[in-house]
Amino acid sequence: MYKIVKKEVLNPTVTRMEIDAPLVAKKAQPGQFIILRVDDEGERIPLTVADYDREKGTVTIIFQIVGATTEKLNHLEEGECLQDFVGPLGTPSHTDGLHKVAVIGGGVGCAIAYPIAKKLHQQGATVHSVVGFRNTDLVILQEEFEAVSDKLVIMTDDGSSGRKGLVTDALKELIESGEQYDEVIAIGPLVMMKFVSALTKNYGIKTVVSMNPIMIDGTGMCGGCRLTVGGETKFACVDGPDFDGHLVDFDEAIERSSMYRDFEKQAREETCNLFAKEVQ
Amino acid sequence: MPNMSLKKNEMPSQAPDVRNKNFLEVALGYTEEQAVDEANRCLHCKNAPCVGGCPVAIDIPAFIDKVKERDFEGAYQVIARQSSLPAVCGRVCPQETQCEGKCVRGIKGEPVAIGRLERFVADWHNSHSTEAPQRPAPNGHKVAVIGSGPSGLTCAGDLVKKGYDVTVFEALHLAGGVLVYGIPEFRLPKAIVQKEIDGLKALGCKVETNMVIGKVLSIDELFEQGFESVFIGSGAGLPRFMRIPGENLKGVYSANEFLTRVNLMKAYKEGADTPIERAKKVAVVGGGNVAMDAARCAKRLGAEEVYIVYRRSEVELPARREEVEHAKEEGIIFKLLCNPVQILPDENKLVGGIECVEMELGEPDESGRRRPVAKEGSEFVLDVDCVIMAIGTSPNPLIKSTTAGLETQKWGGIIADEETGRTSREGVYAGGDAVTGAATVILAMGAGKKAATAIDQYIQGKNS
Repeated sequence: MYKIVKKEVLNPTVTRMEIDAPLVAKKAQPGQFIILRVDDEGERIPLTVADYDREKGTVTIIFQIVGATTEKLNHLEEGECLQDFVGPLGTPSHTDGLHKVAVIGGGVGCAIAYPIAKKLHQQGATVHSVVGFRNTDLVILQEEFEAVSDKLVIMTDDGSSGRKGLVTDALKELIESGEQYDEVIAIGPLVMMKFVSALTKNYGIKTVVSMNPIMIDGTGMCGGCRLTVGGETKFACVDGPDFDGHLVDFDEAIERSSMYRDFEKQAREETCNLFAKEVQ
Repeated sequence: MPNMSLKKNEMPSQAPDVRNKNFLEVALGYTEEQAVDEANRCLHCKNAPCVGGCPVAIDIPAFIDKVKERDFEGAYQVIARQSSLPAVCGRVCPQETQCEGKCVRGIKGEPVAIGRLERFVADWHNSHSTEAPQRPAPNGHKVAVIGSGPSGLTCAGDLVKKGYDVTVFEALHLAGGVLVYGIPEFRLPKAIVQKEIDGLKALGCKVETNMVIGKVLSIDELFEQGFESVFIGSGAGLPRFMRIPGENLKGVYSANEFLTRVNLMKAYKEGADTPIERAKKVAVVGGGNVAMDAARCAKRLGAEEVYIVYRRSEVELPARREEVEHAKEEGIIFKLLCNPVQILPDENKLVGGIECVEMELGEPDESGRRRPVAKEGSEFVLDVDCVIMAIGTSPNPLIKSTTAGLETQKWGGIIADEETGRTSREGVYAGGDAVTGAATVILAMGAGKKAATAIDQYIQGKNS
């Protein structure tokens, strides 16, 4: 069992948890992910490592409540335990040799973008962070990003925080203003990563995206996380989750990610009803 | 006087049109009377060819003799000398090509139903034996076993019985490997697998789940932690695909994914958290046991039509005979000499059909089987909404890529000595599908057994 050491609500739909998992904490690196199960009947869900503390032996996860499992997870409190927590899985993000990087985060994807920005900052690279949210209520990790970024641009769909517009608008401006990046790292919704990649392709800037497809085991066994990269089939769990954004077939990935959408929606509603009943 | 009936005692089973709608075990097992009657068909040949057909060399005539005497616990003890998983093997071994394939009674008539008798004996023991297992005296040596499938469990079992301090590391949340994620409940109830694992634990074997060796710990770190030897039984985990157009459409599964959702994650149960597509028409590509399992699961999930699409003919089907028969009885439609060309999308980018081409058999290929050749212009479309690829697996590279000096074949299999499982790394042994590529439960068990003997000799030799 894996104990929840700390729980923090970042915004109405996003929660941060610090989990006691010393072996995973010892090995985890930015870009890697874990798989957890909330209870003995639960499904396995992958979540990217948001932070880790090797000395305390904890791993931080940040998740958005989208389905039944994240709903259940969000109902757990500090001191309670997760049934399973396995990792670190996947290949760590490559940050070696990068001197100037634009880190683009969208929504809860910022949780994954942050540890990479932090690592780049720690190794002395110049970090320009562009983070986008629907509105000001959903902004997360602002202070954290400020601490590790040489420049931070916040974008919201309605302009309620930072500037109004999309992350691609801000990134385009930065590039047009003469900023020269070794690499752009984009993590967020598939559509955002698709358009960031399309933008940077025009400028010939190498772009890395972090894919978070449907998966079960996370060790290469099920093949459910497969995606097409440069015409080849890759498994996000072992070959990724980071891939060259200019080579990823985003349209296929978007289709595949919708496979269980109706099931998820229904399962979440049922779970919510269950919790509501308990409260009554 | 032996029972000279030419036919085996039939296995009591759920009726096909009942069982293809539930996940309960298909075969119900012999009664004591049936078992004794079947045991009486054994002629006790002096040279016992059946034993030579068993990868773990169970003393088959001896255990059958005990069944004749109605000493069922005695029969179990005979089997247990060689096999640590008899309740599993009695259910999933391909007996027709092993023990029963060598049985003299099979020359004229059907062989003795050795597999069914083994299953009977193991089940009898599991439901009658109350004796707590005796913990062996510890010998103070630590061994790590990677993977809790058939080879790992066998290796761990043999070593624990010799007094070793054994820890089994499993990547998933539940131990059992392919026995829990792959083979369906209706063919191998998970309670049986759990019982075997609990038995190992009762002997003192530790089982650590959620441990992906190669990620959370490397083999070198296991040695640093004081393990004197490591057995790798990590299986052949990576699913193969055909690389044909449409394979990434929604509704195309690898058999691994489909079976893992159904078996390990219990997606077949109402209210399970893990989703599975409940398709109406399903094509399963492949002809092995895994293909049969996937097809029969799909049927049980409510599919109206389930096809097996296989490029060779019926005689080449690699699945156990019994699985093929069961599948047919349950209404699975066999499209033999037929190979997929592409998977077609519907308007929602879901699977809308599978285009196949008819095949004919040409000259034998390197496997000795006649090579299937496409018949030009014979393409046709099967109307399906789900495709399951069951065309094999290859070894998982996670351990290889994190273990310096561990030599592997070009295709990824770990290179290990056939008799001992010894690899290119001192103290590291390997067996099962991680070495051979996808094979059977019993072959993996045989490899785990040989490795246990070799590991014992290695550690004793090092410390003498």
